[in-house]
Amino acid sequence: MDALLHSLVFYILAFIVLGSAAYTAFSANLVRAAFSLLFTFFGLAGLYIYLGADFVGISQVIIYVGGILVLLLFGVMFTTNVSGQGTEKQTLQMKWGILFLVVLFLLLIPIAFITPWSVMPDAGSKALESSVSPIGVGLLTKYLLPFEIASLLLLIALIGAVVIARGEPKVRAEAAKEDTSAL
Amino acid sequence: MAVGLEHCLVVSISLFLLGVFIVMTQRNGIRVLMGIELILNAANLNLIAFNRFLPNTDVNGSIFAVFVIILAAAEAAVALAIVLAIYQQFSTVNLDEISSMKH
Amino acid sequence: MAYLKDLLLGFSLFQALPISVIYILTAAICAVVAIAAIAVVALVAVWFERKISAHMQCRLGPMYVGWHGVLQTAADGVKLFVKEDIIPATADKLLFILAPGIVFVGAMLSWVVIPLGPKMAATDLNIAVLYLLATSSVVAIGIIMAGWASHNKWSLYGSMRGAAQFLSYEIPTALFIIPPVLLAGSLRLGTIVDEQAGGFLGMGNWYVWNPFCLISFICYYVSTLAETNRIPFDLPESESELVSGFHVEYSGIRFSFFFMAEYADMFIVSALGVLLFLGGWHGPFGINHAFIYIAKVCALLFVTIWLRWTLPRLRIDQLMATCWKFLIPLGLINILGASFWMILTGKV
Repeated sequence: MDALLHSLVFYILAFIVLGSAAYTAFSANLVRAAFSLLFTFFGLAGLYIYLGADFVGISQVIIYVGGILVLLLFGVMFTTNVSGQGTEKQTLQMKWGILFLVVLFLLLIPIAFITPWSVMPDAGSKALESSVSPIGVGLLTKYLLPFEIASLLLLIALIGAVVIARGEPKVRAEAAKEDTSAL
Repeated sequence: MAVGLEHCLVVSISLFLLGVFIVMTQRNGIRVLMGIELILNAANLNLIAFNRFLPNTDVNGSIFAVFVIILAAAEAAVALAIVLAIYQQFSTVNLDEISSMKH
Repeated sequence: MAYLKDLLLGFSLFQALPISVIYILTAAICAVVAIAAIAVVALVAVWFERKISAHMQCRLGPMYVGWHGVLQTAADGVKLFVKEDIIPATADKLLFILAPGIVFVGAMLSWVVIPLGPKMAATDLNIAVLYLLATSSVVAIGIIMAGWASHNKWSLYGSMRGAAQFLSYEIPTALFIIPPVLLAGSLRLGTIVDEQAGGFLGMGNWYVWNPFCLISFICYYVSTLAETNRIPFDLPESESELVSGFHVEYSGIRFSFFFMAEYADMFIVSALGVLLFLGGWHGPFGINHAFIYIAKVCALLFVTIWLRWTLPRLRIDQLMATCWKFLIPLGLINILGASFWMILTGKV
C-alpha cells in the first residue's frame, strides 16, 4: 500500500509534466501554451524533489517559473495581437513531425530498457537527505572554475540581452522622433 | 511497480521528444524557445535520475543540473532579446518569413 | 506535521491504517488549517486596516456589525460570495477562471513552512527560506494570467507592471534574506529562530541588532512592500491610474481570492521578517510563546498600513530605479559586509 502510493506520486507528477508539455506542443493558442508550461515546470520540480534533489527542485521553481516563464510570457505578449492567435497557420509539416516523433520514440525507449545500467540494487529505498550543503561545498571546491565561468556567462548574457533588445542608437532616436510627432 | 530508473527515462524521453517536435514543427520563434526549454528540462531530469539511481554519484548530478538551469536562464534572456529585436525589424516572429539578411 | 502525525497515531483507529494514509491525512488537515488561516488572516487584517485607516483620518470606520465593526469583513465576505459572478464576453474563459486559483495557491503554498508558533509549522523544511522565495514567484504568473485573460487594457497594464515589479523586487528580497541565513548557518526557519534566543533582556541576540542585518531588515521590508503591492509601491493596482489594475474585471468570489491572497502574502512576508530578524517567538525576558510572535507580526502589519496613509505612490521609473540602482548594489555590499563581520567576530 505504501509502495503503491509512493509510486502513485511519481505517476501523477509524470502525467502533469507530459500532459502540460503535450498541450504546449499541440495547442493552437500561443498564450495558453505558455501558461501550460507553468504546470510542466512545477511538475518537474516535484519530480526532482521526488528523486531527492531538493535544491534543484526549488531552483527550478525560482528560475523557470519566476524568471524564464515570465520572460516567455512577456515575449508572447509583445509579439502577438491581443486575441492571442495569429491569422496565419502556425505549424509546419505536422504529419512528418508526428512520424518523426513516433520513430524516435520507438528508437529511444528500447535503448532505455536494453542498456544494462549499473543501478544500485537498493536505490529506490535510499534515504533522502538535504542536498543543499553538499552542493554548496561542491560548487566552491570541485566545481569552482565552472561556477565562476557560469557567473561570467550570466554577466555576458545580461549585457548582451540589454544591448540586443535596445537596438541601434540611431533606430532608437528615430523611434523617439516618431513618438513625439505622433503626439 | 516501484519507480526505477527506466520510469524516469521514459518520462524524460517523452519530454525531450515533445521539445524536439515543437522546435521542428512550430513557426513561431517564441514557441520554438518553449521547445528548447522542454529539451533542457528533459536533460535535467535525466541527470537527476541517474544521480539518484547510479552508485557513488554524490550530488554531482544535482550540480550539473544547477549549471543547466543557469545556462537556460542566460539562453532565455538572450534569445528573447533576439526575438524582440527581430520583431522590431520584421514585425513578425514567424521564423519562415525572416529570411533576408538585411532589411 | 510530525506532531500531528504522532497525535493521530495515538488513536487506535488510525494505527490500523498504513503510514502513507496517515501522511495524506495529516497533509489534508494542514491544508485545511492553511486555508482557514488565510481566511482568518484576511478577515482580521482587513478589519485592522479599515479601523487604523479610519482613525488616522479622524473617522470611526466600520461600527455597526459587531463590536466596533469587527464582523464587518465577514459580512462583506458573505456579500462577495453571493454576488453575481461576471466573466467578460471577450475574456479567455479558461485562463480567467484559473488565474485567481493560481494566485491563491501561490499564497497557500507558503503556509507549508510558515509557523504559527513554536513547532507549529506544517513542516519544518530544511530549505524553508529558499522554498518561500520559490512560492512567491508563482503569484507573478497568476497576475499576468489575470491581466491577459481579462482582455482589458487596464488589466494588461497592471499585470505587466506587476510582473516587472515582482521580477525586479524578488532579487533584493533574496539578497537581503541572505545575512541572517549566513549568521544562522541554516535555511531552516526553526534553527534561524533558535539562534536568536537569549542575550540582553532576552532580545539581545535578535539579528536586527547586528548592523548589517539591520540594513537587511529595513531593505527587506521595503522590498516586500513592493512584492505585496503595497503603497508606496502599489503601481500594479493603482486605482487612480489603472482603475484597480490586474483584477479590475473580477467580481464576487473570484475577486475575493485575489483579496485574500494579497492579505495572506502581507502576513507571510511580515512573518518571515519577524522570524529572520526579530527573533520569532522569543520575547523579552525569555518569554517564549506563539502570542509574542503573532504580536510582532501584527506590529509589522501595522507599520505597513501606517505607511499607506503616510507616503505617496512612486512613479514606475522611480520604482525600478530604487530596485536596480539602489537596493541590489546595497544588497550585494551588505552580504559582503555580513561575511566580513562573521570572520571578524570569529563565527566562521
